[in-house]
Amino acid sequence: MIELKNLTKTFTTADGPVDALKHVNLTINGGDIYGIIGMSGAGKSTLVRCINMLERPTEGSVLLDGRNLGAMNEKQLREVRHRITMIFQGFNLLMQRTCLKNVTLPLRISGMKKAEAEKRGMELLNMVGLPDKANAYPAQLSGGQQQRVAIARALATDPQVLLCDEATSALDPKTTHAILELIRDINRKLGITVIVITHQMSVVQEICNRVAILEHGEVVEEGEVSEVFSNPRADATRNLVYPEMADSAISDKHGQRVRIIFNGAIAAKDPLLARMAIKCGIAASIIGASTRSVGDKAYGYMLLEIPGGPNELATAVNFLRETPNVSVQVEVDYAAKEVDA
Amino acid sequence: MNFANAFTPAKLQEAWEIFCNDFPLALWETLYVTILATLFAIVIGLPLGMILVAGEEGGILPMPKWLMKCLNVVINLLRSIPFLILIVMVIPLTRMIIGTSVGTVASIVPLVVAAFPFVARLVESSLREVNPNIIETAQSMGATPVQILLHVMLPEAVPSLINNFTLAITTIMGYTAMSGAIGGGGLGKIAIMIGYNRYRYAVLYLAVIVLVILVQMFQSLGTRLATKCDKRLKK
Repeated sequence: MIELKNLTKTFTTADGPVDALKHVNLTINGGDIYGIIGMSGAGKSTLVRCINMLERPTEGSVLLDGRNLGAMNEKQLREVRHRITMIFQGFNLLMQRTCLKNVTLPLRISGMKKAEAEKRGMELLNMVGLPDKANAYPAQLSGGQQQRVAIARALATDPQVLLCDEATSALDPKTTHAILELIRDINRKLGITVIVITHQMSVVQEICNRVAILEHGEVVEEGEVSEVFSNPRADATRNLVYPEMADSAISDKHGQRVRIIFNGAIAAKDPLLARMAIKCGIAASIIGASTRSVGDKAYGYMLLEIPGGPNELATAVNFLRETPNVSVQVEVDYAAKEVDA
Repeated sequence: MNFANAFTPAKLQEAWEIFCNDFPLALWETLYVTILATLFAIVIGLPLGMILVAGEEGGILPMPKWLMKCLNVVINLLRSIPFLILIVMVIPLTRMIIGTSVGTVASIVPLVVAAFPFVARLVESSLREVNPNIIETAQSMGATPVQILLHVMLPEAVPSLINNFTLAITTIMGYTAMSGAIGGGGLGKIAIMIGYNRYRYAVLYLAVIVLVILVQMFQSLGTRLATKCDKRLKK
């Protein structure tokens, strides 16, 4: 189990201090595949580097099974880094070394004999499906294969936690899928806790069971993936879950708007907007719409513009709220503070 | 000076005789002085270059600021002294190490003193080219600073180091010709003493041509070796 308590990281730059992380509190249970998602600059990379103390946090603590990493000296920390390993967006393999040498590097560093390390290295290459690439150099491999070698390397020291820093961001969708499958396999078979840092909602959707949304260094939302997806509360979450919505909303900041999120299967049988037009006399226009499947459930999403004044808005909201399986959020002005209906 | 007279059949005949008699030894002297001086310069310059990169603020093994400052000042100082003057300045050191300050072997000392700061800077630039993400990766594996230097930075920098050492060896060969002017042996001595000073321009040119061929050989050998070693290039 990993606990982040009040984690704060401030960088001093030429333009004054920059808060990369602000009082982050998270608990990641053993065996979780935990997603940490946010836009570029949200502090994801800093957060993941604080977990293995590549960046020392300015304030707060990181606890691995109750042991405070921040209080450890360099030697103890090096020991812990065999338990918390990491893979990266750029794979970061040694380009002048064969795949096998890359995989055995952490073992050699920890003092294992060459023959033993190479035996273990071959097992690991087998596990990631690249036993025939032992003597190939990384430049001869595709991106997906390089990431597999990096995963084998990360697993070499039998870690407890695997940190994935945008591990699939440089890969095409098909390869991303294959790598995520591998990570899920590793999580299931070896019981390794996985922390996935990403800006892609699809990655979280595919493998994570819990997710935290990071914005400007703060956790704005946290919970079960299905829960967060079906009912995104924070703006940042909505922008990530339905990025196409954010664009259409920004283009026109006026008018009274209603966001509705509903179970897609029910929506297909229910002409909701037509019923509203007939029953309430309100002809809402659709600014944008989208569907997402989370786990085995489908979720629909719509952004509506309600014509008229506050009375019409109230009527529309009341009508929508009476419909089962629909959650309604009102935005009178995009720039103004949002009110939950 | 009359260049036309320098290339009469008689002069060329004479130059050819000198070439056959004196050049083999001179070539040998130039080669061993160059290679030995380069080796010693690498032995001193390589660790210094590693310290320059690892020891700086924010490096993998930060060292006291005053130490780094001193190191940089000394290296810059040695680099800025013209080689001809340096030869004279290190005479006491040469006497101490070799026992004499004249002769071919003695010329190795000033060459090493002139070359090691240059090599240190070359090593520094090679190590700085190593992808910082790979260094971070090694840290995330729990590697010690020394392990990062030996297992990650040096191996990754090998092609670049070979290129830079080639540059060093060709530069040092140029310096050997200069030390030939003041008592060292080799092709430089032949060019100046036998060629230029005695108006045998054909000899001067022959010596230069041999030097040029040597530099070309070292350079193409070094480049080929560096390319062959570089596993980033797909084959």
